[in-house]
Amino acid sequence: MAKAKRLCAALLLGGTLAGCASSGGNPADPLEPLNRAVFRLNDAVDGAVIRPVAKGYRRAVPGILRTGISNFFSNLEDVWISVNDVLQGKFQQGTEDFTRFLFNSTFGVAGAFDFASDLGLPKHNEDFGQTLGRWGVASGAYLVLPILGPSTIRDGFGLVLDTQADLVFQIGGVPVHNSLYGTRAISTRANLLDASSVIDEAALDKYAFVRDAWLQRRRNLVHDGDPPREREETDDEPTK
Amino acid sequence: MKISSCLILALLIPAAQAQQPAPDVLVKSISEEVVAILKKDKDIQAGDTKKAADLIQTKIVPHFDFIRMTRIAMARNWRLASPEQQKVLADEFKTLLVRTYSTAISNYRDQQIDYKPLRAKPEDTEVTVRSDVKPSGSSQPVSIDYEMEKTPDGWKVYDVKVGGVSLVTTYRDTFASEVRENGVDGLIKSLATKNRQPERSKAGKA
Repeated sequence: MAKAKRLCAALLLGGTLAGCASSGGNPADPLEPLNRAVFRLNDAVDGAVIRPVAKGYRRAVPGILRTGISNFFSNLEDVWISVNDVLQGKFQQGTEDFTRFLFNSTFGVAGAFDFASDLGLPKHNEDFGQTLGRWGVASGAYLVLPILGPSTIRDGFGLVLDTQADLVFQIGGVPVHNSLYGTRAISTRANLLDASSVIDEAALDKYAFVRDAWLQRRRNLVHDGDPPREREETDDEPTK
Repeated sequence: MKISSCLILALLIPAAQAQQPAPDVLVKSISEEVVAILKKDKDIQAGDTKKAADLIQTKIVPHFDFIRMTRIAMARNWRLASPEQQKVLADEFKTLLVRTYSTAISNYRDQQIDYKPLRAKPEDTEVTVRSDVKPSGSSQPVSIDYEMEKTPDGWKVYDVKVGGVSLVTTYRDTFASEVRENGVDGLIKSLATKNRQPERSKAGKA
């Protein structure tokens, strides 16, 4: 308790808006009040601008072209994914993911077609945040980033490196980057339209639902789909 | 004629009693049946979530253990609820999950589902049935895992994990803070309110 108080004081002194008095009580989310504010802002921006644009994009652009665009960006990611495979000691997966990139960039017409998946080289999901997790770095506090959305302290650091390594950044000059970033953002959001409508339907408290789903998802990704079983806090055998 | 049909019956009955379908076989056959209906049903494809909910109610709900799901989502607070409250909670949670699932299912296109071989011993009473869904648009498969338990009425699902995200434990913090602030009745009330809201996917279609 005294320790917690000292820590709290230190955090406040450090100018951090730590949620000492937060009522939420999820230990993974000490910054809840701040996070909730950013989440509301993001949700408002999404509702006013990003989602309508993504819906328009989905209506205007035929499915086959949308898939091609989505695959194009996904293909560029495969290079950084293979680097992260290697950093995590997954050498075979690294070779496979780089082969995916070579194959799809050429036979897949600059990545528009994902032939590699059909040939038994499935897409993987890796980033530097996961690499840090694999190295044993704890995820730290949950963090909602402006516009970018759910993250954690660790994954936020990872994201800085991911952005540096982003191949889209290497293509053309500033106007080209910016239009590519914009297209990628809309394409990504359009892919998530169905999922976000399900979340709207499912959640009692959207903030907590997204947070808890996100933290589980990241944990699952760090462990490549097979995380150690968590202690089940159920009341299966009431002892008292 | 009579003797032979009796014989067939006699052979069939004990077999049916002794042999509940294996969990992976059960999941696969139900999914295939539902997918076959979805592929044909133009109303559900057009976003008729009411019809989707009926389909889920008849085909999927009987194979789920909602009491256990609610108990997991409630964690320690389950004990705070009276038996009547527990029943109401499970009913409301079921309605919420069916509604959510019917929104998800009406988004169904031509996803391909791969079932992974079951890793379980014959005497196991709890197993995980794993599958991968490959969406037609994007290239990355999404895992869907069913946590199942053996009961006298056959295998029942008590959790579904999509991409590692549990449909049940994701509610834990929401439920806990609702109970902390407004008690078990408060949670029941907020579930009921949510369930009576018009479905957003329809209301918000612009």
